[in-house]
Amino acid sequence: MAPKFQGVDFYEVDGLLSEDERAVRDTVRAWVDDNLIPIIGTQYSAGRFPKQLIPAMAELGLFGANLPETYGCAGLNNVAYGLIMQELERGDSGVRSFASVQGALVMFPIHEFGSEDQKRRWLPQMASGQVIGCFGLTEPDYGSNPAGLITTAKPAPGGEGWVLNGTKMWITNGSTAQIAIVWAKTGALDDPGSIRGFLVPTDAKGFTAKDQTGKLSLRASDTSELVLEDVRVSKDALLPKSEGLKSPLSCLTAARYGIAWGAVGAAMACYDEALQYAKARVMFGKPIAGFQLQQARLVEMLSEITKAQLLCLQLGRLKDQGQATPQQVSLAKRNNVSMATDVAREARRLLGANGILAEYQAMRHLANLESVYTYEGTHDVHTLILGQEITGLNAFA
Amino acid sequence: MKIAVCIKRVPDSETRVKIAADGKTLDEAGVKFIVNPYDEFALEEALRRKEQAGSGEVVVVSLGPAAAQETIRAALAIGADSGVLLQADRVPADGLEVARALAAELKDGGFDLILFGKVAIDDSNHQVGPMVAELLGLPCVTAITHLELGAGQGTAEREVEGGIEVVEFPFPAVLTTDKGLNEPRLPSLKGIMAAKKKPLAVKPITLPAGSIEVLAMLPPPDRKAGKIVGEGGAAVPELVRLLREEAKVL
Repeated sequence: MAPKFQGVDFYEVDGLLSEDERAVRDTVRAWVDDNLIPIIGTQYSAGRFPKQLIPAMAELGLFGANLPETYGCAGLNNVAYGLIMQELERGDSGVRSFASVQGALVMFPIHEFGSEDQKRRWLPQMASGQVIGCFGLTEPDYGSNPAGLITTAKPAPGGEGWVLNGTKMWITNGSTAQIAIVWAKTGALDDPGSIRGFLVPTDAKGFTAKDQTGKLSLRASDTSELVLEDVRVSKDALLPKSEGLKSPLSCLTAARYGIAWGAVGAAMACYDEALQYAKARVMFGKPIAGFQLQQARLVEMLSEITKAQLLCLQLGRLKDQGQATPQQVSLAKRNNVSMATDVAREARRLLGANGILAEYQAMRHLANLESVYTYEGTHDVHTLILGQEITGLNAFA
Repeated sequence: MKIAVCIKRVPDSETRVKIAADGKTLDEAGVKFIVNPYDEFALEEALRRKEQAGSGEVVVVSLGPAAAQETIRAALAIGADSGVLLQADRVPADGLEVARALAAELKDGGFDLILFGKVAIDDSNHQVGPMVAELLGLPCVTAITHLELGAGQGTAEREVEGGIEVVEFPFPAVLTTDKGLNEPRLPSLKGIMAAKKKPLAVKPITLPAGSIEVLAMLPPPDRKAGKIVGEGGAAVPELVRLLREEAKVL
């Protein structure tokens, strides 16, 4: 059996965390060791999200953990929230994605843009895992360019409420969810300012969710296509404070923040596995850790992980002070996910033939991270966000 | 029912400990400390009893350095109601001194049960729980793996060589807990936040050194390399001979 995961902390970053932050991290780490690590290889190979873990995740308080206690959430700061994402993704990016969607993409916008009634109705049920949510922004033809989305919401004829029409793609938790936040245009299709968010019950007439099949990545996560065909919702389905494209984009910023931390967790898992393997695997009469080529790999991994840890921590501190900018979040997501993908690939290579097995973690993380690299703003989109930030020139179109 | 749970801050069993330069103590730099794992069974049992009864109080008591506040808060996060730290900069090697200080603290607490882990994994002495019972004149059942509570009395099971011993005892009593009694829970994140608001009394104390002195700490000797007697079926007779004559296990 592999030795127990001890974390990766070359720069005593632990000393920069508070006692609560460490306690949260250690709790989630222990939970992942006991409940997720033993089953993830099988779940991943079978292409199944480990649904059975939802009640325990809720009981720990992992969903929307940085939202207030008033709504049944844990009321943690953003660093503790980030550490939760790190530890979940140390297990698997798909399971972290589940928690990100529930917390940052559904609970966060309800908290941010919802009425008091909506918050009281949905947040406690979502924190306790009784209600699962999904987030519908991306469409088949509008991924990196969400301003162009063509899902519409029109006032219902002859009464109150709205009628929604459109198709959403790449929707994590789509087929599991009881509630979907659907972003739709209430005005002209060329007016992204008319984008509003709607809380759509997934059992509404005309709503269908179909799992997308054939994924070679994030296999332990449900990804679905949502089709809305004349879906009629009541007037209180509208998130009253949502206004224009900036509303869903702020959700993405919240989720990307967690992803920046999560990627560090995946990288730590791969580095740890590679290091243990290198010390134990004997070739040419000595452990392969004793060869310069493998040492270079390991040192490169450790250096990049250490930098990413410090980046996340400072970003979290800024966020807790209300100072973090979306561009800073972009830099962390871009850097850390790319870094983690490289670490996973090098770990996979260090493990030789064993590295392709589900019994080890590196290849699963590598395959997952290729999705994480692409979702929530592709690596390239974040490059352009940052390019625009530092030059003042828009290179998107 | 009012239950005291005595817990100890110990090095994580997964960390590699180093002996300090004085050759008598552990070098604590970089060592992670945890709640003694056997004490977790005691805490879990206390919490379950309180939950089943629908009322009651669980008080965590620890003797140790200032840093043991973190250990107590970990127990508060899991669900204990309040904590007491008997803060001693030096914890003597003599368990009797520790037991005396704990007994003095527990004496007038009005506890129905006082629970300990059966052993602390750092010094492995198995002694403080029974010593406290003796000092308080209370019945003591050690290393319990099952517990039933009735009105004013309880029944505990202990695993003994080749069987199970069933012991009846009246309240108040001191029990020490063993693996198998229950499955300890993790704290919830809300519990971690709530722990900060729970009462934790810190009482500085100075303990005498007692009658035991640690003269030296030594790492276990390196294990000798194994012996390969051969390969395949041809090696079996030689292996059997060595197991019989050298290792004397057959």
